[in-house]
Amino acid sequence: MFEGITKGLQGALSFFNRGKLTEHNMQDGLRAVQQALLEADVSYQVARTFVQKIEEEAAGTKILESLNPEQQIVGIVHQQLVNLMGPVDHSLNIRRGEITIIMMCGLQGSGKTTTCGKLATMLKAEGRRCMLVAADLQRPGAVDQLKILGEQIGLPVYSEAQPTTALKVCANALAAAKRSQDVSVLILDTAGRLHVDQALMNELEEIDRKLQPHQVLLVCDSMTGQDAVNSAKAFNDALELNGVILTKLDGDARGGAALSIRSVTGVPIKFIGVGEQLEKLEKFHPERMAGRILGMGDVVSLFEKAQEQFDAEQMEAQRQKMLKGKFTLVDFKEQMKGIRKMGSISDIMKMIPGMGQMMPASGELDGAEDEMRKIEGIIDSMTPRERENPDLIDNSRRRRIAKGSACEPHDVNKLLKQFKDMAGLMQQMAGKSKMEQFRMFQQMGQSGMLNPDAQLQAAKMRSKRGPEDFRAEAEKKKKQRKDAKKQRKKNRK
Amino acid sequence: MGLWDRLKTGLQKAKTLLQTDVRDLFKAGEILTEDKLEEFYARLIRTDMGVPAATAIRDELKEKHLGRTLVLDDVWKTIKDKLRSLLKGGEGTLWDPNQPLSPLKFAAQKPTVILVAGVNGVGKTTSIAKLANLLKKSGKKVVLAAGDTFRAAAVEQLTLWSQRLGCEIVTKPAGSDPASVAHAGCTKALESGADVLIIDTAGRIQTQTNLMKQLEKIHRVITSQIPEAPHEVLLVLDATTGQNGVSQAQHFSQVVRCTGLILAKLDGTAKGGIVLAIRQMMSLPVKYVGLGEKIDDLDVFDPDSFVEALFSD
Repeated sequence: MFEGITKGLQGALSFFNRGKLTEHNMQDGLRAVQQALLEADVSYQVARTFVQKIEEEAAGTKILESLNPEQQIVGIVHQQLVNLMGPVDHSLNIRRGEITIIMMCGLQGSGKTTTCGKLATMLKAEGRRCMLVAADLQRPGAVDQLKILGEQIGLPVYSEAQPTTALKVCANALAAAKRSQDVSVLILDTAGRLHVDQALMNELEEIDRKLQPHQVLLVCDSMTGQDAVNSAKAFNDALELNGVILTKLDGDARGGAALSIRSVTGVPIKFIGVGEQLEKLEKFHPERMAGRILGMGDVVSLFEKAQEQFDAEQMEAQRQKMLKGKFTLVDFKEQMKGIRKMGSISDIMKMIPGMGQMMPASGELDGAEDEMRKIEGIIDSMTPRERENPDLIDNSRRRRIAKGSACEPHDVNKLLKQFKDMAGLMQQMAGKSKMEQFRMFQQMGQSGMLNPDAQLQAAKMRSKRGPEDFRAEAEKKKKQRKDAKKQRKKNRK
Repeated sequence: MGLWDRLKTGLQKAKTLLQTDVRDLFKAGEILTEDKLEEFYARLIRTDMGVPAATAIRDELKEKHLGRTLVLDDVWKTIKDKLRSLLKGGEGTLWDPNQPLSPLKFAAQKPTVILVAGVNGVGKTTSIAKLANLLKKSGKKVVLAAGDTFRAAAVEQLTLWSQRLGCEIVTKPAGSDPASVAHAGCTKALESGADVLIIDTAGRIQTQTNLMKQLEKIHRVITSQIPEAPHEVLLVLDATTGQNGVSQAQHFSQVVRCTGLILAKLDGTAKGGIVLAIRQMMSLPVKYVGLGEKIDDLDVFDPDSFVEALFSD
């Protein structure tokens, strides 16, 4: 019961896998789906409606006669999850020729200030000129936090030494932004507040009335339980939200709040926060979220990441090199850097279909990242000639390299061996389509090649055939023998 | 009753809702049906107490009252007793609400070290300030260690609180090793003869292995300097947290052996039922509850009052 929603729903659905789908065991299965949703913090009412909808859709004869009921049910559950969380709208309606005001609000500790920084980072990458406004006058240190974030991103932060009210700070900030003529987006960081705190909610409404922000975004913690519905509703009633940003999705929270908020308020979820670094803000995709929930992986997202990080030309050049079999250690290092830029290995693994389940308990993969850093160090300690032609490396060179990169000579050896394997594989990959390459990459992962120490951990590999298959196989052979015997008898006659 | 009255007003909305709902549901003289039980189950789920705890209560009701004529007081008694027994767990963890320091285990020899941990944004720093205030009021000398060197301005936040409270604080520049701050804090507490040292830590999601290892290191550094310390490891939990709270409690306990919970932000509409699930799964008791943004808004957790506040008029 402690695993994420992914396992919960998968467990619930494996129910359907047993034998044929009947009216009776479908009820059991749906009850399991509902329980999984409740354990995922989906609000009771939403979970109930969700299950009822599935029941309606699955009630037709089609499903009962179908050969693979589980797949169909997965399809329906997936589609319903998507319907519940979508459609989505990622635009922030940035205006031309005037200053766009974005107001952030939410409960205490939902991650407003950090999200302000992330949003500003994202908008800056799009070429907008943002200004952050420190309107959180409640929490000690909040203004300092925003100032430091502004410094890190390289953006102006408007704050007042002796602020009177949040409203005044915001109004003055708008005036200052207009004066400077170099600001196109103003992001207001308001104080965290409880939705039942009438005084503070009034303050928000007042800012909303006076400044008329173009976008009001609610920041919500993805770990929130049943209460998510109440607070989202209250904020929406008071402010007419334009969107929701779901934070802290990098943990093992099941994120049922996403389902609840969307279906109760109708406000789209625009972005998700997936880490503490400033660039860890992603667009929200209901299909992907639903896919993730069902354990179907998130290949599209992975491709997008890869595309952002790998320069297309550089990729093509590498492909050409691979084709000619000229894949050198320098390229190896570049690639590894690219992979590392995409995020932690475990992040990437989670997005590959089927890998989510086989991924070792969180953390075991973190070692792989250290390993990659070490490999980079070793390559850095080589001379350019050695990098071009690793065969040059003899005992004495190996010792020198090991010394230079603070590791043991056998580590250098291990790297060279890995490189040779990889180069061979690269040659195989070159010339194949992207999807095929990806499939190979997946196989590599499954065979443990991406994990340098896999030899130590991998359980002994047996035949792929399980016991059931064995029995079926034996059965089949027995029948064949019998048939052959009959045939021989027939022939003799 | 003091703060519990405030908690009651905080919970008023939720409580009256629950009560009227339940009153509507269980009318005296009627026969308790499966449908009614299912509806009641929905109410229980809404408190975030989780499927196992809600099921336990439902089953208890089922066993005792299903198919019988309802006597409201009896039903109430069953619910309350079950809730109380879930909250109290096996061993007796009853604290005196009038003795604000009774939940804490103090060291035989000064200083007592309290380590505070939790995920991001649950209210660790604020809870530390409130706890320090409570200790100071009881005449203890408190030293704070600003161990959150990661989040921008976290050190400033705690420094501001220390100035307001008038207690000493140990800080290091942003980005330095939090274990070194803990070390410096211990040294300072030993030198100045403080009664209590409270160490703040950065918020971390419980599945981030590297950050959890860092927390383990902080714990190790403290123990190596003061044997048997930290005497209390308090996990701060946001009352709005759903079922993920169990995962938080588990992961943090694995690394630093938590001794208790602080349930923060209980002044909203969230009912904090998740502590029931945590208590049931791993017998981690709630020691304090946070009931607002002011420095005095921290009170000793009292299971009876908690249940009463949920259900009483």
